[in-house]
Amino acid sequence: MIVAEQKPIEEIKSYLVGHEHILVLGCGTCVTVCLAGGEREVATLASLLRLSGNSKIEESTIERQCDAEFFDDIKDLAASCDAILSMACGVGVQMTAKMFADKPVYPALNTMFCGTNDGAGQWSENCLACGDCKLGVFGGVCPVTRCSKSLLNGPCGGSVEGRCEVDPENIECGWQLIYDRLKTLGRLDVLAENAPPRDWSRTHDGGPRRLSREDVAGL
Amino acid sequence: MVEHEYKSGSNLEKVLCRDGFAVTAELGPPKSADFDLIKKKVEMLKDWVDAVNITDNQTAIVRVSSIAAGKLVLDLGLEPIVQMTCRDRNRLSIQSDILGAYLLGVRNILCLTGDHQSCGNHPTAKHVFDIDSIQLIQIVKNMRDEKVFACGEEIKDSKKAKVKEPRMFIGGAANPFADPFEFRVVRLKRKVNAGVDFIQTQCVYDMDRFGKWMEQVRDNGLHKKCRILAGVTPLKSVGMAKYMRDQVAGVTVPDYYINRIAKADDPKAEGGKICVEQIQQLRQIEGVAGVHIMAIGWEEKVPEIVQRAGLRN
Repeated sequence: MIVAEQKPIEEIKSYLVGHEHILVLGCGTCVTVCLAGGEREVATLASLLRLSGNSKIEESTIERQCDAEFFDDIKDLAASCDAILSMACGVGVQMTAKMFADKPVYPALNTMFCGTNDGAGQWSENCLACGDCKLGVFGGVCPVTRCSKSLLNGPCGGSVEGRCEVDPENIECGWQLIYDRLKTLGRLDVLAENAPPRDWSRTHDGGPRRLSREDVAGL
Repeated sequence: MVEHEYKSGSNLEKVLCRDGFAVTAELGPPKSADFDLIKKKVEMLKDWVDAVNITDNQTAIVRVSSIAAGKLVLDLGLEPIVQMTCRDRNRLSIQSDILGAYLLGVRNILCLTGDHQSCGNHPTAKHVFDIDSIQLIQIVKNMRDEKVFACGEEIKDSKKAKVKEPRMFIGGAANPFADPFEFRVVRLKRKVNAGVDFIQTQCVYDMDRFGKWMEQVRDNGLHKKCRILAGVTPLKSVGMAKYMRDQVAGVTVPDYYINRIAKADDPKAEGGKICVEQIQQLRQIEGVAGVHIMAIGWEEKVPEIVQRAGLRN
């Protein structure tokens, strides 16, 4: 899922200066699951804004802010407000801005990464959405994401006792994980081959990416 | 006698080809536009080493560029080994820098991944890592031997022009003390497969572990496919020894050395003595073709160490 966290309240308030009637808009998908921008967080943030003196705060949460079809229900409510505070990820904020072209839309969250839930209140990054998945080669552990230097021929000299030199306390060496997993699978032979340079044109370096699929167009 | 055909013709290559015991040192370019500092360090090292590594924004701290400093060092009469990391440049920039460095007279290049920017003085910078050190070695090798760029195009200015390729003696690093230990030799093998000519190791204090690593190196015949220079760093004080042990990723300093320096009346002299002993021990190991003396901020100590280790008179 896309993992996000709420921005500092002072930053959020700074966006809202000059606006009176504000819609706090939640999203029912990823940010609900990661407890950053679902119905419950919308209610908490709305209460906080009311306590700080903003009296006309509306609340609503739609199923997905990244999909135009879910915005119908809030059209009138949005039209009555003079700004929208989106509690979605960056994708949702931009979609909301597109749906309400004449309304200022502000983000309440910082979008962090595509990651897993590692237990209560813990998330970690696993996928950079690079567009050229090599997990099949690296034993199901992504070197592009899990190695701090995205090395395809790691590990570098900074791997000590399974930890990464960048932040030994918090970051595991992605290459130690790859090594351990391939060892368990009896496939260390994979690591004898040198991996060639990556084709970054499939990643953001090729410009904003688009996906068109004729097989599902018109469904 | 048939003239040996050299890959690059660098002094370092010639020394290693003659089966000489090579001595290299490290010259960190200044953190300011200070020519005198480069000159001072060259004068200290010039008569004592075969070539000197010019670090590339080491520990991710901005310094004079390794190619520019390398050219100055060369003009002052010492052969540079220009270090090149993948942190700050993509494959375009790397290849253009290799062409440029070659035209400036640089013949040795050390291919490194590079310290992460979070270690340095611009932690908010964006890193590059378009390629890694093994891919870099392969690119420099292909430029030299296949005469092609990373994209496969021939290295020439136009269809009709002659191919003019940069011919570098290619170095890489190895850290026998990082983890996973059993993978360290596999990684060296991959560097050899990519085309590395010589290797400089992380500084060695733990002789047992280094010995085990060299055993694996020999078992795989890697010492015959590339020349291995063992790294040493003289310890100046107990504080430095402990810092190296605790703070530098992938470096272990046995208590034996720490205790010796702690008990010594003159810790600096004891540090130098230990370094000389280490060089003598390393020289006895089959497959060690030289030493790389990294006297960080203590370049003036290098001549004495080289002399006392019996490497130069």
